[in-house]
Amino acid sequence: MASTGKIARRGFMLGSAALAGGVAFGVYRVQVPYANPLISDLQDNEASFNPWVIVTPQQITLITPHGDKGQGVASAQAMLIAEEMDLDMGQFEIDFGKPDKAYWNRALGEDGAPVLPTDDSFGAEAQRTVFSSLFKMLGMQITGGSSSIPDSFVKLREAGAVARETLKAAAAKQTGIAVDRLSTQSGAVIFPDGTRIPYTELAGTAADIAPVVDVALRTPSEWRLIGKPVQRLDIVAKSTGTLDYGIDVQIAGMKHATVICNPRKGGVMNAFDASAAQQMRGVDAVLEVTGGIAVVADNTWRAMQAAMAVQVDWGPAPYPAEQAQHWAEMEASFTKDRLDKVWRDDGDVDDALSGVDAITAQYRSPYVAHQPLEPLNAVIRVSEDQVDVWTGHQMPRFLQQQVAQITGHDSDQVIFHNQFMGGSFGHRLEFDHIKRCAEIAVNMPGVPIKLTYSREEDFAQDFPRHPGVARAKGVVKDGHVHAIDLHWAAPSIVASQFGRIGMSLPGPDNQIAAGAWNNSYRIPHYRMTGYRVPELAPVSSWRAVGAPSGGFFFDTFLDELIHRAGADPMDERIRLMEHDVSRKVLKEVADMSSWGGDLPDGSARGVAFVESFGVPVAMVVEVSTPNGAIKIDKAWIAADVGTVIDPVNFENLVQGGVVFGLGHAINSEITYSDGMAEQSNYYDGDGLRLYQTPEIFVRGLENGEKICGIGEPPVPVAAPALGNAIFAATGTRLREMPFNKFVDFL
Amino acid sequence: MQFVVNGQPRVADVEEDMPLLWVLRDELGVTGVKFGCGVAQCGACTVHVGGVPVRSCQMRAGDVNGDITTIEGLGTPEHLHHVQEAWIEHQVAQCGYCQSGQIMQAAALLTRTSNPSDAEIDAVMSANLCRCGTYPRIRAAVRSAAQKLRGA
Repeated sequence: MASTGKIARRGFMLGSAALAGGVAFGVYRVQVPYANPLISDLQDNEASFNPWVIVTPQQITLITPHGDKGQGVASAQAMLIAEEMDLDMGQFEIDFGKPDKAYWNRALGEDGAPVLPTDDSFGAEAQRTVFSSLFKMLGMQITGGSSSIPDSFVKLREAGAVARETLKAAAAKQTGIAVDRLSTQSGAVIFPDGTRIPYTELAGTAADIAPVVDVALRTPSEWRLIGKPVQRLDIVAKSTGTLDYGIDVQIAGMKHATVICNPRKGGVMNAFDASAAQQMRGVDAVLEVTGGIAVVADNTWRAMQAAMAVQVDWGPAPYPAEQAQHWAEMEASFTKDRLDKVWRDDGDVDDALSGVDAITAQYRSPYVAHQPLEPLNAVIRVSEDQVDVWTGHQMPRFLQQQVAQITGHDSDQVIFHNQFMGGSFGHRLEFDHIKRCAEIAVNMPGVPIKLTYSREEDFAQDFPRHPGVARAKGVVKDGHVHAIDLHWAAPSIVASQFGRIGMSLPGPDNQIAAGAWNNSYRIPHYRMTGYRVPELAPVSSWRAVGAPSGGFFFDTFLDELIHRAGADPMDERIRLMEHDVSRKVLKEVADMSSWGGDLPDGSARGVAFVESFGVPVAMVVEVSTPNGAIKIDKAWIAADVGTVIDPVNFENLVQGGVVFGLGHAINSEITYSDGMAEQSNYYDGDGLRLYQTPEIFVRGLENGEKICGIGEPPVPVAAPALGNAIFAATGTRLREMPFNKFVDFL
Repeated sequence: MQFVVNGQPRVADVEEDMPLLWVLRDELGVTGVKFGCGVAQCGACTVHVGGVPVRSCQMRAGDVNGDITTIEGLGTPEHLHHVQEAWIEHQVAQCGYCQSGQIMQAAALLTRTSNPSDAEIDAVMSANLCRCGTYPRIRAAVRSAAQKLRGA
């Protein structure tokens, strides 16, 4: 198949993590496509032309290997195949498929390259190729970094086109009518006389011919599905309670389990007494697992009740016990020996700052929990020569390895049945809950074990977003922003997360830069420096990863300077913006919100711009202050993803990202005391509720050359837009999240 | 213990204090009702008991005093309830995990009043958490469902 060429690139650092393995491959091995993993499972008269399409006499199945956490990507992947294959939505089944190298992520690898998304130079492209090739050789099948659509956009349409042309060839062979007289429509080959042969009736013939791989993709003007409102394939099931998530899997003979592990994450269990728990109704076993205990019972509630009855003596945390120590460590990290990288150094910042009374500020971004609504869970059954795993996960092949290490099987003996996920936000990139379930199941061979975390255990064991501290100096001159020197110290999320699966990060972590370095402002003097704080509490990718912190730091400070310069926040951003696509995003949001127009008495607005995973995003927030509390009335947001493949789902994801970003900016953080998270359930920070949700107006632009994903990019812009609006309304500048520590909200 | 779930008589050998949520999910295999927080904060477990919306994670099995309706009993893919129709038309769901509870909450609201004000919608639906942030669509779908019910 043709190369995907220049698709989008985002800022995820996985490439560097992979690089740590020191793998080197020849060009030839990089270019050879992986074998089709579907072939070995085919029966007679069943055809598969590539890893994404199966046609049998009974049905058509499309493989959608990117996991669906709610972003709608199962539907979107199928739509891309169906577009070229001339299938109508509903004419096929979808399946997440089995883990395989063939499903390596082509887009995420390119993002490991430490180059700006807007950099199209030869050198930047070469670096992307290096990282992408590594991803292929390592077979990195990963859902993350808003990369599913960039990864899929070309290759899945190619997969559909190959299937279509091969089915036409099969029809020609079966009937003797020349292939150039055939067309396709709605799952059938159409003959010159109007006769239709459904694809399913061509499966047997198609199975015997080599796939037709020399295919051209249709032009956008020919698209039937892409860019049009399409009903998501999961929407009826999700509206009728008929979709099974991982937590709903029921296997004959299944037992229900829960765990309680050391809330000082990674700490040991010194001793435990399960004598009372073992006497409780329905309890089959109390087992020791890594860092804690598991209870196996005949009902989840009985397991949870018994787990609470176990007396446990926990060891200390392997990180500072008190939150103040974490902040102190970050504040002490702006030193040469902790320098991670100078990511941006435009103009001469030192010269611009010398001899002037610089404006200074310090910012903080807290640990934040993931807490998707479906609690962590997994079902695992260990047999002699096979392990079955049912759960929703974003890294299927790593999951196989992690389970195999515990059960003593080979990775390919681990059969992974991926499930729809009730949210993730990064939570389902982690493996601890899978490993705990495997530890239980290996002790009870042949018995399917469903492990369900209580919400409190989920909070206690969550590896939150990395916190950070930023220090900024700036200069304004002649009514404009003249210089910014931004320093950001944070623990490395990539090192922490990938360290847990045995990979290291040799280079700098671009998630201690994301949202702050990767903008296209032409500020005369701009420097952005990252400092790596030694690991504190373990951390993990959280929706948009570094940019919700970096975007908050940079854009808030920019806003402070603009106000000090006496410039208009929108006009000055537009004036400074060098990148045409990004400038149009700002202008769009100004237009949508009628920026500069009259506002209701007591209302005020803020604007922010943050680029995330290659997507420039601008947002305006309007607030009012009834009775002294902040009320968020309206939000306008524009984003450029190159091509919007599903306008309805696009709007939903952007609105949801705004709600997610605003909610966490207002009220969510994780703090540690005695080594334990002080927050234990949603009452300790639940994000936004419906009554707090503003009207949200969304516009998707398509000026960018590359297609990008939209799952994460709407999040980072929300906090600075809100903070800037609150400053405009009240004069209070918010330099730390969550904001409700400093101002009251409705 | 005897229950009527979605019109069907069901029997479960459970303790008086087992939450209805776990009777439904683990004893009776009714999994449309979801476990989210266990402390009545999220509303994912919302079902109707005797026509009244309850948090099934907080209702003891022994306290169930009416017929139980879950999302599966409200309507089916073949015979949708008006609220479900509206949810589909507005493509509310993202991950969808909270939506069983959201729909049961909305259906209960519209049973009480077929013409809720925006303030009533905000007040009632704010009891249910959606981590994906589908609130703008929930608002719109409740309004649509109310129109459908008034027209029906």
